[in-house]
Amino acid sequence: MTAALALGDDALVLSHRLGEWAGHAPVLEEEVALANIALDLLGQARVLLSLVGDEDELAYLREERAFRNVQLVEQPNGDFAHTIARQLYFSTYQQQLYDRLARGDGPFAPLAAKAVKEVAYHRDHAEHWTLRLGDGTAESHERMRRGLEALWRFTGELFEPVEGCEVDWTALHDEWLARITAVLDRATLTVPEGPRRGAWAAGAGRQGVHTEPFGRMLAEMQHLHRSHPGASW
Amino acid sequence: MVTPAPATPLETRLRELAGAVPDPELPMVSLAELGVLRALRVMAPGRVEVELTPTYTGCPALESMAADVEQVLHDHGIPEVTVRTVLSPPWSTDEISAEGRRKLAESGIAPPGPRAAGGPVAVDLTVRCPHCGSADTKLLSRFSSTSCKALRRCETCREPFDHFKEL
Repeated sequence: MTAALALGDDALVLSHRLGEWAGHAPVLEEEVALANIALDLLGQARVLLSLVGDEDELAYLREERAFRNVQLVEQPNGDFAHTIARQLYFSTYQQQLYDRLARGDGPFAPLAAKAVKEVAYHRDHAEHWTLRLGDGTAESHERMRRGLEALWRFTGELFEPVEGCEVDWTALHDEWLARITAVLDRATLTVPEGPRRGAWAAGAGRQGVHTEPFGRMLAEMQHLHRSHPGASW
Repeated sequence: MVTPAPATPLETRLRELAGAVPDPELPMVSLAELGVLRALRVMAPGRVEVELTPTYTGCPALESMAADVEQVLHDHGIPEVTVRTVLSPPWSTDEISAEGRRKLAESGIAPPGPRAAGGPVAVDLTVRCPHCGSADTKLLSRFSSTSCKALRRCETCREPFDHFKEL
């Protein structure tokens, strides 16, 4: 179940990253919004990982190299604009991918049909903030630009075919780029021009190769379960 | 698709009991009014299977809904109850009954409007203030106290309120 693990890990890891905003968001409404998005993703992760095995064992007891999420979702939150850039890239991808999976008859169709409606709200949230920050003050514009630039090199990996997902990945990429371009255009921002992956990278998240911050994130996510095996509320 | 057998009188009665369980986060509406109780079947004497569907995939209320349904059926003489979660077809706010919508509004939560054909987000119909009835209300945030609600404010009476957003 390569695909269930890949999609489940994307949702789990991004959920954890968004959860890190709790207590740190710029305004109360965003505190609530980011936590709600994290909760939706956690629900999706639970369904997907349960297709593979025991959800808790998979989340808490796997080593870094066994995770199959794309590197984009493991990137640290940065400032709020950085998080919004990550949300824009990922939620646009997830919405378009799940929309395709929902129309197919594969094993993920029921979850995708349900989740795509939730993810539509995530994308809406990211697009609204991209417009506000991009077309806001000089400071907010610059921060949004920096976030988009910094994360651009992690976007190439999104369109590497995932075994078990019957999707036209080229068409998915073109649709994604068209949507991102349209949003950034309205936000008075431009699509970054740099490479879509690091030349130095020895592989990518789908192969279990992750960036340095991921290890620290996992340590925090897993330490309670590993310190107190079998503990429950 | 196999046409399900018509419900027996016992199934109808048990379904009424399970359907009357209040939603743990929105206790003014029942599971039947919310549209999340999908099926109830008597598999054998004393053995019942129930199908629930979550409003949102990550809805944390689902576990306590299942526990409450089990309890009420145990209390009415069914020793063996299995509650299954079904995702398909996906739940939508269109499944909330007219009575459920009325109760939400009465409790200060603006009920959802009809869903747009193009997806849940595109629609931006007027949402009336559940306190004063004014149509002059403003979206503050797409996300609110639970996954299923958005936060709005009434520009007439200035009260903030929750809106059960379309899904």
